[in-house]
Amino acid sequence: MSLPPLVEPAPELTVDEVRRYSRHLIIPDVGMTGQKRLKNAKVLCVGAGGLGSPALMYLAAAGVGTLGIIDFDVVDESNLQRQIIHGQSDVGRLKAESAAATVREINPLVNVVIHNVALTTDNVMDIFSGYDLIVDGTDNFATRYMVNDAAVLLGKPYVWGSIYRFDGQASVFWAEHGPCYRCLYPEPPPPGMVPSCAEGGVLGVLCASIGSIQVNEAIKLLTGIGDPLVGRLMIYDALEMKYRDVKVRKDPECVLCGKNPTVTALLDDYEAFCGVVSDEAQAAAQGSTITALELKKWQDDGENIYLVDVREPNEYDIVSIPGATLIPKGEFLNGSALEKMPQDKKIVLHCKSGARSAEVLAVLKSAGFSDAVHVGGGVLSWVKTVDPSQPTY
Amino acid sequence: MSVSVRIPTILRTYTGGAAEVAGEGATLREVFAKLDADYPGIGARILDESGKVRRFVNVYVGEEDVRFSEGLDTPTPAGVQISVIPAVAGG
Repeated sequence: MSLPPLVEPAPELTVDEVRRYSRHLIIPDVGMTGQKRLKNAKVLCVGAGGLGSPALMYLAAAGVGTLGIIDFDVVDESNLQRQIIHGQSDVGRLKAESAAATVREINPLVNVVIHNVALTTDNVMDIFSGYDLIVDGTDNFATRYMVNDAAVLLGKPYVWGSIYRFDGQASVFWAEHGPCYRCLYPEPPPPGMVPSCAEGGVLGVLCASIGSIQVNEAIKLLTGIGDPLVGRLMIYDALEMKYRDVKVRKDPECVLCGKNPTVTALLDDYEAFCGVVSDEAQAAAQGSTITALELKKWQDDGENIYLVDVREPNEYDIVSIPGATLIPKGEFLNGSALEKMPQDKKIVLHCKSGARSAEVLAVLKSAGFSDAVHVGGGVLSWVKTVDPSQPTY
Repeated sequence: MSVSVRIPTILRTYTGGAAEVAGEGATLREVFAKLDADYPGIGARILDESGKVRRFVNVYVGEEDVRFSEGLDTPTPAGVQISVIPAVAGG
């Protein structure tokens, strides 16, 4: 399937532009007309993180005339293993500002628009309406469903990519010509079922593998060349070094882009839709959450507690709280850990940031350990407030 | 019928790290039953309590999403590749 170009050509290229883009101009499929289309194009990249880094850099180099960058976060040292648009001296700087500086260094001809805000249901329609195409480099389900819904409602193509450890997925969602994200994944997974990159990790260079597919598809859509990744899902396995693609059908029952849509506007609350923390975990944590400082005091006072770290072994190797026994969350979910729990001690759970330990707390409470508690903020909070000499990740 | 099943990274803890395992069955339902017998617990990550494919997991027999064919009754001819593709959100 080929699609018409998304963007009309700009009137002309300057001499500087002809020199800069000469390797594009001599490709017959791109040529002057294709490059003029890129010059006239307005592309928004949601997130200047793992996928956003290579995507923004290549979109800039390719000569996309207007590049929007939306990110509210600041550069952290743990980003630098993969977020190559930022450098060491950018740590602590706003990601949108840091990314814009790199874009300008790569190509000063690009008009960079900085959206230094969190994307919300209040601003997403307004921000998206100024662009021809949306590239998704976000890191959570809630934002992805919101981006999809806004893109469908505004009729914009949505170039999607997603990564985890060694696995990548990419596709182009465009309801006018094919399926949307909800056709592929009608519902988000329940909280705790699918780990994030912050929990499970990601191979840095995987960002480039998937981000480059996204840029490739964006350029094809803008200039109207080739077969776009509409209606197909590209699946990449970096360990096996295999790319495969499978068909993605437009779901006639899709609540958003199907025959009888029931979702005709943005949802009120995407966080709630995706349940960042499950209802059970929220209820369990209510009144049963202690701070890292309280845990330290309990330890110093010799309280009769049993401290359990529910993270994975390789996380435990990076940093751990003294005295903690490692029992990964999975062993609670399948029930095998319950018999290891002492009956005569107060159980204190912790994980990296407090989400997984809240899930385990719900399991423990329903198994009768009613006085169990968890540490809000997890080991990250411990490092911050009790022992800053330890590393975070 | 003897088939191959592609296991995504997040479920490889069940298969001892294997990315692809051998499967057996005339329909997808049978293949998943055998898979769960071989690798206990993996079935519950793909199918919900009522035995349906979870909504955030897509299962392909060959190139076709079974949600748009016969679901768990989709035939699995010998040699076909079955892919389990869960939603991931990292970026």
